[in-house]
Amino acid sequence: MGLRLEIVTPEGTALSCEADYVSVPGTEGVFGVLPGHIPFLSALAADALHYDSGDTTRYVFLSGGFAEVLDDTVTILAESAEEAENIDFARAEAARKRAEERLARKSDDLNETRAQAALTRAVRRLALRGRL
Amino acid sequence: MASLKDVKIKIGGVAKTKQITKAMYMVASARLRGAQSRIERFRPYAEKFQEILGDLAGKTGETDHPLLAPRAEVKTTGIVLITSDRGLCGGYNVNLIAAALRLAADRRAQGKETLFYCFGRKGRDAVRKLGFPLALEEIGQMNALDFSLANKAGLRLMEDYLGGVLDEVILIYGAFISMARQQPAALPLLPIVPAEASGGEERKIRQGYSYEPQEAALLAEMLPRFIKAQIYRGLLDTSAGEHAARMTAMDNATRNCDELVADLTLLYNKTRQAAITTELIDIVGGVEALKG
Repeated sequence: MGLRLEIVTPEGTALSCEADYVSVPGTEGVFGVLPGHIPFLSALAADALHYDSGDTTRYVFLSGGFAEVLDDTVTILAESAEEAENIDFARAEAARKRAEERLARKSDDLNETRAQAALTRAVRRLALRGRL
Repeated sequence: MASLKDVKIKIGGVAKTKQITKAMYMVASARLRGAQSRIERFRPYAEKFQEILGDLAGKTGETDHPLLAPRAEVKTTGIVLITSDRGLCGGYNVNLIAAALRLAADRRAQGKETLFYCFGRKGRDAVRKLGFPLALEEIGQMNALDFSLANKAGLRLMEDYLGGVLDEVILIYGAFISMARQQPAALPLLPIVPAEASGGEERKIRQGYSYEPQEAALLAEMLPRFIKAQIYRGLLDTSAGEHAARMTAMDNATRNCDELVADLTLLYNKTRQAAITTELIDIVGGVEALKG
């Protein structure tokens, strides 16, 4: 247990625990954090983070934000965070359908980028289902 | 003089009103606790965010970002007005609306257009009644606030701002100073005014930090989230202030009811006494007359 992981959202601290290893979805690619990591600040993609503690690996879905690594503490600032077991997959499925429909209709550019982002979010959320 | 029955009915009415105001006081105080705990839970996020943002802004000194650069000519001012959905909270909403209207009048005097974005029914109603252009209304959400509302509103405002619909955005909300003090506050939302460097206090100097992506890109990523965080803060404060204001108003109302009941009871007793006296005089008079 060499790392401390804190996930902070506007609605409260979503998670605060010890971990051996944290894998974080940065915008420039996924990076892993082990104890002794250099001080680091990164933007996050809307994707899942996972962390190992002991023999268990747990997944948390983040909707983008920032990660700071300092003194063996990983602080995640995200606008929302859902632990994999709490994700409402039916809702994610519905969101995916909605986004796909909107993309198929091809309205103006702005809505398209937004629908695209929504689709990516939904698909990545759904991808966690297999990992439970 | 009012009849005995009238006074009795009135006392009953006031007593019932008192029950209601007392119940509303209790409900408001429970809701205030909820609102305050939301503010409490938001604090760690806000503080960490502020810390990183201040750090980055200091490092890059960037001012080219479209959300940071002030417009040369301001044609349209977006006014975000946050009020409560419900009344019976003293002058709380009235003050907020007055602050927003003063701002609107001021901008109009300068020949600028105004566009309202309203949260809460009270503000929306006032703006609509006066016929100001209204771009967005979010009603019935002040009692169940979550970040998604701030998220949605932030996206919409930035879209309008970057799309040239708005040239500046000002947020009017109820600053929750203490239980007894809530004040309308105006906060310039866009363009973002860089916070003054918090010098003096000892800060962790982030030497040897690695950034991904580059500092400037990271800052660009942070700014939209900063807007949303500010809107969320405004919503939370206004909601807490609403409940605090309602508690004060209902407490006053309950006390006024007590006073009224006391006055009316006095009147009731006096009236009753007067009636008894009159009857006695009649009887005594009758007896005297019979004696002849």
